[in-house]
Amino acid sequence: MSIWEYANPRKFLRTSERVMPALWVSSALLMAVGLVWGFFFTPDDFRQGSTVKIIFLHVPAALMAINAWFMMLVASLIWVIRRHHVSALAARAAAPVGIVMTLIALATGAIWGQPMWGTWWAWDPRLTSFLVLFLFYLGYIALWEAIDDPDTAADLTAILCLVGTVFAVLSRYAVNFWNQGLHQGASLSLDKKENVADAFSNPLYICMIGFGLFFIAMVFYRTGTEIRARRIKALLARERQGESA
Amino acid sequence: MVVPFSVGPESDLLARISPGVLWLGALLSCLLSLDRLLALDWEDGSLDLLATAPLPLEAVVSIKALAHWITTGLPLVLAAPLLGVLLNLPPEGYIWVVISLLLGTPALSVIGTFGAALTVGLKRGGLLLSLLVMPLYVPTLIFGAEAARRGALGMGVETPLLMLAGISAAVIALMPFASAAVLRINLR
Amino acid sequence: MTLNVSNLRIARGGIPVLDGISFALKPGQALILRGPNGIGKTTLLRSIAGLQPPLAGTVTGGEDQIAYAAHSDGLKPALTVAENLSFWASVFGTRSIEAALEAYNLTALRNRPAGALSAGQKRRLGLSRMLVTGRAIWVMDEPTVSLDQASVALFATAVRHHLAAQGSALIATHIDLGLDAAVWMSAPIRPNRWGWVILTGRSCESALGAGSGPGSAGGWGFWPGTGVFPDCHRGGAVFCWA
Repeated sequence: MSIWEYANPRKFLRTSERVMPALWVSSALLMAVGLVWGFFFTPDDFRQGSTVKIIFLHVPAALMAINAWFMMLVASLIWVIRRHHVSALAARAAAPVGIVMTLIALATGAIWGQPMWGTWWAWDPRLTSFLVLFLFYLGYIALWEAIDDPDTAADLTAILCLVGTVFAVLSRYAVNFWNQGLHQGASLSLDKKENVADAFSNPLYICMIGFGLFFIAMVFYRTGTEIRARRIKALLARERQGESA
Repeated sequence: MVVPFSVGPESDLLARISPGVLWLGALLSCLLSLDRLLALDWEDGSLDLLATAPLPLEAVVSIKALAHWITTGLPLVLAAPLLGVLLNLPPEGYIWVVISLLLGTPALSVIGTFGAALTVGLKRGGLLLSLLVMPLYVPTLIFGAEAARRGALGMGVETPLLMLAGISAAVIALMPFASAAVLRINLR
Repeated sequence: MTLNVSNLRIARGGIPVLDGISFALKPGQALILRGPNGIGKTTLLRSIAGLQPPLAGTVTGGEDQIAYAAHSDGLKPALTVAENLSFWASVFGTRSIEAALEAYNLTALRNRPAGALSAGQKRRLGLSRMLVTGRAIWVMDEPTVSLDQASVALFATAVRHHLAAQGSALIATHIDLGLDAAVWMSAPIRPNRWGWVILTGRSCESALGAGSGPGSAGGWGFWPGTGVFPDCHRGGAVFCWA
């Protein structure tokens, strides 16, 4: 028994299909519990009022946006080193989920920021980093779509992911440096973690786990779709060859 | 430089934004010329032949990046003082703008060559190239423009300049391997 | 240096197009590839030149020995004939370009920009590049396209000289280069399991004319039924080697 046996598409499909219902149900349950608990059964913040409750969407989405990229990085590495197709397809499958998470984080951040900071957008280091992350996702997905040959696309996007990771980390530091340089002691930046009181933390953790399971289920589901699409392509190619022979 | 036409001729405003504008100009001029950097050689078959030549592809892409820098980065470095006059750059800023461009534009060329190598096989790679390269340019642009800006304001420039030089040195040393790798994949 | 190709399997666009290709190319020999379009000649040449890694099999003996000429010549229109050639001479670290210009009758055109050449002249310039590489194994893809009779003769002469100097050549072409009988070799017919015929020597010519061969198109190793050679059933691909 080794983890590499899931590199076999058939084995991957069989196993992922077995665990997916459980994943869907538990993630839906956790998200529902977490969000309902968070929205209706936590006290309003004395400073921020009820707007603070968007945190239950914002923080898990932001967390998963970064973790999705991290997962793509690992999957890309596995593809580059061990050439397992499932791994490349999983990286491809995770990207759209990741970009949606990034968008949710950005949108909820803007909605939160509007009443709190009086502006939809500020060039706060965190926000800026997420914008850069969004661009990385966009480029990665566009590159996948632009290349016809599946192996070439997998190779190129994998290298883009590796190089992009280095530059994303670098951007994070650059952005931090740049903004502190602009406004000393960046007054708009809230360190969210420290502001979270105990009353908020439990539903927040539940939401985070729910989002995580949801992400895993999505990736399993989409990877399965990609595997099937690849198989259909191979079958069609075979049919065309049969006709012309 | 059409910036004064779009933001107005007030000298205070121009003085404040001129270092950033010069850096933006460097980035755009770099970006504009990238999509022909390797595409021409791809179309006329030279890349196939170069890939089978004794010269390693890493060297080929490094030389390509150098050629790109000499034709886009270097002229901008040399023209920066003149453009600075037009943009009302504060006198203390000249030297730092030139130094930051000199240190930073090679990184722009090398990173751009990676983007060009990624998209070389695509029919309409231009837009995708910009999309891919833009986020990779963020750190260089931030540190470069920051060094120039601080220089113009008479503040300390050591940290951003060191970071900028570090980025340049690192990408010049490492990026050719990535560029050559993606080029090999594209040539298969 | 003998080029050994054994059990090469190559894919294009994720689908295997060639399998079980084996041959040995000794100094002084030329191997001519013929076959209908899309049969995988270019793919095979690119793989042997090292541009495309094979799925399986090995190519040995070609390290730093192969000079590759593709469909396109890789000429820079703004540079003159001599400048184009000097560039490649310096890339390969070799001597003068005069002999190469001479061999393809380009001396008179040496200061003409490559962009101002006719298609045939460009091709000749592209072919003369092989001479400045100073490498022993020429791998050439359709070298005679857009050449007139006289230029084909120049090319055949160049190949003959190359073979006489213990070089070897692997050429995909539709034209009979009229290589000397001394260059041709004879060996038994070896059809492989996909109906490919690897023929050698004189038997080549007759097989190409007859258009028939063993039609035992089987299945693919790992994509059963993909049978990528539609013409196999009709005895299509003929690998001719001389």
